[in-house]
Amino acid sequence: MSSESMAGRMPAPESHDRLSGVSPVPGAAKPDPVLRASGVRRSFGGLTAVDVEHLEVQRGTITALIGPNGAGKSTLFNVLTGFDRMDSGVSAFQGRSLRGLSGHRVARRGLVRTFQLTKALTRLTVMENMLLAARGQTGERMVGAFAPWIWRGQEAANRERAEALLERFRLAHMRDEIAGSLSGGQRKLLEMARALMSEPTMIMLDEPMAGVNPVLVQSLLEHITSLRDEGVSVLFVEHDMDVIMGISDWIVVLAEGRVIAEGRPDDIRSNQQVIDAYLGTQHDEPGAGGAEEGR
Amino acid sequence: MDFIQILAEATRTAIGPIAAIYALAAIGLNLHFGYTGLLNFGQVGFMLVGAYGVAVTTSTYELPLLLGVLVSIGCAFVLALLLGLPTLRLRADYLAISTIAVAEVGRLIYRSTVAQDITGGVYGLQQVAGDFYAWNPFPSGSYGIDAGAFSITFSARDVWVMTVAWAVVLLASLAMYVLTHSPWGRVIKGIREDEDAVRALGKNVFAYKMQSLVLGGVFGALAGALMAINQQTVHPDAFMPQVTFYLWAMLLLGGAGRTLGPVIGAIGMWFLLTMFDGLLRDVSAMGLLPGIAGGELGALRHAVVGLALVLLIVYRPQGLIGNRKEMLVNVK
Repeated sequence: MSSESMAGRMPAPESHDRLSGVSPVPGAAKPDPVLRASGVRRSFGGLTAVDVEHLEVQRGTITALIGPNGAGKSTLFNVLTGFDRMDSGVSAFQGRSLRGLSGHRVARRGLVRTFQLTKALTRLTVMENMLLAARGQTGERMVGAFAPWIWRGQEAANRERAEALLERFRLAHMRDEIAGSLSGGQRKLLEMARALMSEPTMIMLDEPMAGVNPVLVQSLLEHITSLRDEGVSVLFVEHDMDVIMGISDWIVVLAEGRVIAEGRPDDIRSNQQVIDAYLGTQHDEPGAGGAEEGR
Repeated sequence: MDFIQILAEATRTAIGPIAAIYALAAIGLNLHFGYTGLLNFGQVGFMLVGAYGVAVTTSTYELPLLLGVLVSIGCAFVLALLLGLPTLRLRADYLAISTIAVAEVGRLIYRSTVAQDITGGVYGLQQVAGDFYAWNPFPSGSYGIDAGAFSITFSARDVWVMTVAWAVVLLASLAMYVLTHSPWGRVIKGIREDEDAVRALGKNVFAYKMQSLVLGGVFGALAGALMAINQQTVHPDAFMPQVTFYLWAMLLLGGAGRTLGPVIGAIGMWFLLTMFDGLLRDVSAMGLLPGIAGGELGALRHAVVGLALVLLIVYRPQGLIGNRKEMLVNVK
């Protein structure tokens, strides 16, 4: 696995260890939060899908967001990345407020997301998928498009970087195939590689392992871990408990839109509230699942 | 009429000015639908404002023709903004509904009594070509092949319109080729596939969709302007909704998402329409179509072309020059 392509980014050696002094309580402050959200609320009709009092995500760590179906994980993702508006509350990425920013502006700040249903751009080739993600392309302006000599150099540089990423995600042999011909697992890999192509500071993965075979899960996990080791902050939603306990530095548990617990995997494993939430001792309000499914 | 003559007549129509005009409008539609995935069912609305842009400028206000063309482009720009601003942030189907409605409302406004002083209302406008035919460099006479049964000839006037119209089609196709092979084209093709994914990569999807709508609309308006010039008269009822559906048929026949798809589609469609027209007339003259005559033949011709299109969609969904592999990929 090569990491040359990420050489430009400052590695944050073992920064996830800096969580050691943080107490495992909901809303705990982190030493160096990359993402912060306070008082975030989002309701659909009478149903409150998300009501997060305070949440911080430590820079350079893998943070898992878990919770039963309908807990509001996807809604929280959408709200934080500008794909949905929040009714009230504030969020800040690297200390700068994200208030009122639309999805593409949030992405330009370096907070890049993927989707629960993989969004490979099926009738574009794998390489085109990658090149599309590169930042600040002159040729992407309508007038600039007519002056290929201006953007040709930039395009070549992007292609080189894309090639390295495809190599790393073992997709290089598919570069000229249309993305629609990839298998489900390869699409997940492509989506992750494409997100990396846009040089994110933080990447938010919505169920990256859903519907992926066990062998590929292992390789996806390695990719996520190596991202963290290169200094990218990762926040991901997942259901598979083994996966979560295995790679997360920190776990945030959401139930009925609220953060009910957070902590290291060991803290979460033994947390009675979490067990209750999963086993349903805490009674779900009727229709509480609608918000996420309705997305 | 024998078959050779029918073929000659069909060819004549397929390379004539009308085919070029439809090709240009279909190029605009190809940018909208074939590349950006915008469902525009009101391309005729852009042709309408384009035709009247020229006609009102030259006929009502007696200003130069080239100014009229600029007015056409300006009108298309405004129409695209009017359509796009409220709908492009919404789901794709809202644009589809709005376009068909706006195009029809536009036609009703242009033909209304209120607008009669400017647009001529239901009477339309005449002598709208300005100095266009005065600029004709071709000496009068007959041009083309004259070989007995297979003869295709055009007047000097037609040749001049054809030259200009096909030149515009060529320029538009070149522009489309450059655009769709650039990073800009990559973004709009990405939007066609999944706009949320493109948004998540930091692209301003709304702005790209608007640019596409405006440029495709301008192509439609230029087609309308050429239509006015070709016929030297404009009439609101030439811009009925079915014009848009002809354009769609042409685009799908040729192959959406291909630079030359709309051009080949327009040529092919006019060839087929004229050919079936000739064939049906012949068959009817032989007394083989009892009970069908005159105007009904025209309707029958459309039914036959419709059947041909249905067969095309079943057996060759990608169109004449489309890519079958791309067409059949599961989009989501």
